[in-house]
Amino acid sequence: MLDLTEEEKTLYREQIDLILEYSRLFEELELEDVEPTINVWQLKNVLREDRAVSSDSAFLHNVLQEAPDQEEGYFLVPLIID
Amino acid sequence: MSFEYEVVIGLETHVELLTESKIFCACPNRFGEAPNTNVCPVCLGLPGSLPIFNENVLKLALEAALALNCTIAHYSKFDRKNYFYPDLPKAYQISQHDRPLARDGYLELVKDGKLIRKVRIERLHLEEDAGKLMHDEAGERSYVDYNRSGVPLIEIVTAPDIHSPEEAHLFLESLRKTLLYTGVSDCKMEEGSLRCDANISLRPAGTKSLGRKVEIKNMNSFRAVQRGLEYEVGRQKEILKAGGTVALETRRWSEEDGATIEMRSKEEDEHDYLFFPEPDLPPLILSEEFIGAVKSKLPELPVDRYFRLMEEQGISPYQAEIITSSREMADFFEETLKIFPQPQTVSNWLLGDVSGLLNSMGKEIDEVAFTPQHFAALLELLAAGTLSGRLAKDVLEESFQSGRHPKEIVQKKGLVQISDEQELLRIVDEVIEDTPNAVNDYFAGNKKAVGFLMGQVMKRTKGQANPQLATKLLQKKLKQLEK
Amino acid sequence: MKLYEMTACEAAAALRKKEVTSQELTESVLERISGVEGIIKGFITILESEKILQEAKKIDKLLAEGKKLSPLAGIPMALKDNICTQGIPTTYASKMLENYRPSYDAHVTEKLKEAGTVLMGKANMDEFAMGSSTERSFFHPTRNPWDISRVPGGSSGGSAALVAADEIFFSLGSDTGGSVRQPASMCGVVGLKPTYGLVSRYGLAALAPSLDQVGPLSKDVRDCAMVLDIIAGHDPRDSTSAKSKDNYVDYLGREVKGFKIGFPKEFFGEGLEEPVKKVIMEALAKSEQLGAEVDEISLPKTPYVLPCYHLVVSAEISSALARYDGVRYGFRAREGDTLSELYRQTRSRGFGSEVKKRIILGTHVLRTEHYDDYYWKALKVRTLIKQDFEKVFRDYDLIATPTSPTTAFKLGAKNDDPQTVHSRDNYTRAANLTGIPAISIPCGFVEGLPVGLQIMGRPFEEGRMLQFCYALEDMLGVKGYKPEISVEGGH
Repeated sequence: MLDLTEEEKTLYREQIDLILEYSRLFEELELEDVEPTINVWQLKNVLREDRAVSSDSAFLHNVLQEAPDQEEGYFLVPLIID
Repeated sequence: MSFEYEVVIGLETHVELLTESKIFCACPNRFGEAPNTNVCPVCLGLPGSLPIFNENVLKLALEAALALNCTIAHYSKFDRKNYFYPDLPKAYQISQHDRPLARDGYLELVKDGKLIRKVRIERLHLEEDAGKLMHDEAGERSYVDYNRSGVPLIEIVTAPDIHSPEEAHLFLESLRKTLLYTGVSDCKMEEGSLRCDANISLRPAGTKSLGRKVEIKNMNSFRAVQRGLEYEVGRQKEILKAGGTVALETRRWSEEDGATIEMRSKEEDEHDYLFFPEPDLPPLILSEEFIGAVKSKLPELPVDRYFRLMEEQGISPYQAEIITSSREMADFFEETLKIFPQPQTVSNWLLGDVSGLLNSMGKEIDEVAFTPQHFAALLELLAAGTLSGRLAKDVLEESFQSGRHPKEIVQKKGLVQISDEQELLRIVDEVIEDTPNAVNDYFAGNKKAVGFLMGQVMKRTKGQANPQLATKLLQKKLKQLEK
Repeated sequence: MKLYEMTACEAAAALRKKEVTSQELTESVLERISGVEGIIKGFITILESEKILQEAKKIDKLLAEGKKLSPLAGIPMALKDNICTQGIPTTYASKMLENYRPSYDAHVTEKLKEAGTVLMGKANMDEFAMGSSTERSFFHPTRNPWDISRVPGGSSGGSAALVAADEIFFSLGSDTGGSVRQPASMCGVVGLKPTYGLVSRYGLAALAPSLDQVGPLSKDVRDCAMVLDIIAGHDPRDSTSAKSKDNYVDYLGREVKGFKIGFPKEFFGEGLEEPVKKVIMEALAKSEQLGAEVDEISLPKTPYVLPCYHLVVSAEISSALARYDGVRYGFRAREGDTLSELYRQTRSRGFGSEVKKRIILGTHVLRTEHYDDYYWKALKVRTLIKQDFEKVFRDYDLIATPTSPTTAFKLGAKNDDPQTVHSRDNYTRAANLTGIPAISIPCGFVEGLPVGLQIMGRPFEEGRMLQFCYALEDMLGVKGYKPEISVEGGH
């Protein structure tokens, strides 16, 4: 969801190609049996107790105030046509 | 050339789980509140907010997966499904992509006492719900409410094992029943706590190839699922008969039009969701013991109970179906049988008068004060002849309304059946003496007059006369007088 | 000596001894800000003096009443502008959130509030923490107090410059690939990236959530330990938050004889400027004088750090920054009456160039057809890099390297040269990929510009790391040198 100018496209392509080019280095490595690192400390099963807490009204008010467009408690966007 | 087609349907069902709080934050999981009031930094996707997984979601999802005979993954993880839509506050949905919580289950469909189909469950995974959009066509704006954002969901995907719209309906009913038995969801399609999309294709009968799939959305009730699919079968048949090909597309069921309407082609729909592992949530690694512990606490499931009750209690498939329609009803039935072990009587009363009363009150069996103990006591009074059938119905209704024990009602109101011959003879004599006209009619050949006389007997005993005995005594007396 | 010249610890001690009040410290800092901030431009937002002084007076009152407060109560500080502060603008140095006021406090904001520290304002940074010069701020560049024609480094350049210029006693930054350590090195202050998980990320706008950490920037090692003591510790709102913390100040002053330090040869090769290398080697020699054993070691997977880092980070960025869509908060482009136009216009005009580039790269590498070749491979390479370090840490307590191959560069000098931009902070990225703690401490000067020594340690061993740095800091004798801030500047 970005519109880029031609200038941006050229600039980004150059830089992106450079990074992708770097990753060619990986070809030197034997990666078949290597486990990926998704989180560094191998955490597991981090769970929260099922207890409900409501936000206070000041929070709800402030959050809506930050919206670019809002009305009657709703966030507004241009009409979506399916 | 004949056109014999086989219908192939696969269903994707989203089920909201019955938790106190949302899946990744502490906001209440509640339906029908003022817009954007059950929200916090996490479910609004405010910068810097982080998800924390609700342990009860894991428990309920495991129960659902085990009830659907799935294999639970010892390792599963969350992934981000990236796409832009205003109801998706982070612009990604936390879901499970390549390592779902559970796979390879099945749900058995039964009808008329027989197993008619085993529908395979391909996968069951966890995800968060999105917010809700409302459209104001006139005002040219859409309204976003994030109360539903972050409500816990399980997505259940079947194999293409369903072969008619009726079967799809039956699958959903069975799924609903199974999930209600385990208590993981309230499964209300009207409130969106159970939602279903279908993939449907037709293929020449007898072949194994899969036809061109159409996805149907927006079927918001069990009836709509069946109607939508029926319409689609008809539509696709016509295309094929005319020698055409079915377009790969997503269609929307329109209740008003009674038709499915094209939404977008599959090519357009080939969106790349850029899935990748959710770095903010560690994976779920579950031990055999943990899974076993959840499994051991599962209740008996509806299909098993259905077959067991037919076999053990000798009730009919129809009776078994109604009785096992809810776990509460089946529990009520079996609790009653423990005290009053006559399945046919219990079943007849349960399906008849008890269900009638529940319907008229618009309540479920566990929502009234009438208990299996009450029910058994009532049936015992009936069997002992203490209550007539008619009296029993009155007592049942009274007990339903007040929650009082049938014995107590009988005693308080003196509603005990009069079976004492001397007592009844005295009343019969009184009636004959007091209504000479009716007696004369009888002697004149109008045998129907007996009914009137019986009515008088019942009236004078406030309905407590044992009807069989009273009739016998009345007829005997009249015959004596006639001679 | 002016009050603002003290370290946080010295100021805190003076407060306890009732030699000064928090109000006086704050006034002193405000005076300093009014003197040099016009040149340095380290803040994006400075809170109203009245409100700040009110806070300071409140702390003075509590201290006078004998309330038990944290050691840093009453000390003025600043937060990087990607750390949420309720009701106070938090802009991420982006047009996208130019006027955004968060509705909640970050965990670290809460912790520092509870501790009674005095928030002066929000520090400048590269937009969304992407960059290493703070020139990519939507608002203005920040200048290096040692030479105002030069950058302070980045992305936490404001946080570093403010500490170096004595505009505050300490600050917090965030570090995804060196964003605390590199500016600390260029500004001659101490900057720590804690072990991944030691400090809660709740309320830190995500850049790359599997690497991001909040860390302190301070005038010396003791201050660093004191701040870490406040912000570290378990937070149930962050699923990656560690269960326990240490008492870091307790380690300071302990014997460091026998510490085994490795310096990886891969970090001392091509690209490292010779004078910088010299300063670093001298620091290593001083380490030996402390009784530490210093050996050359090898981290053979070092060449893979850069591509691995870029692939992981850009993928995570593209997803983390997708939420800035003009619907719930921040900038919304007025043009465009369809939803798709709203998204495109808002994002194309709200984000700066570097941000857009990384988003494009991220979406590219996450595409189904590229996923296995790029992202998935990068995660595997990450494992190999981690094993590289684990192997070294079996024999060595700490790893020492330069923080940056160069001293601070000129404003506008290297911005668009991708080759240098990308290799510049190559020394700092491995610590983020492997999750280990890493600190930069000033260890000398090259032509009047500070040089930073990076020390990396075993996971959750910040205590021992600080213990060593504290001893070395004393031995180096660099501490206490202050920049002379002048409009002329330049070397």
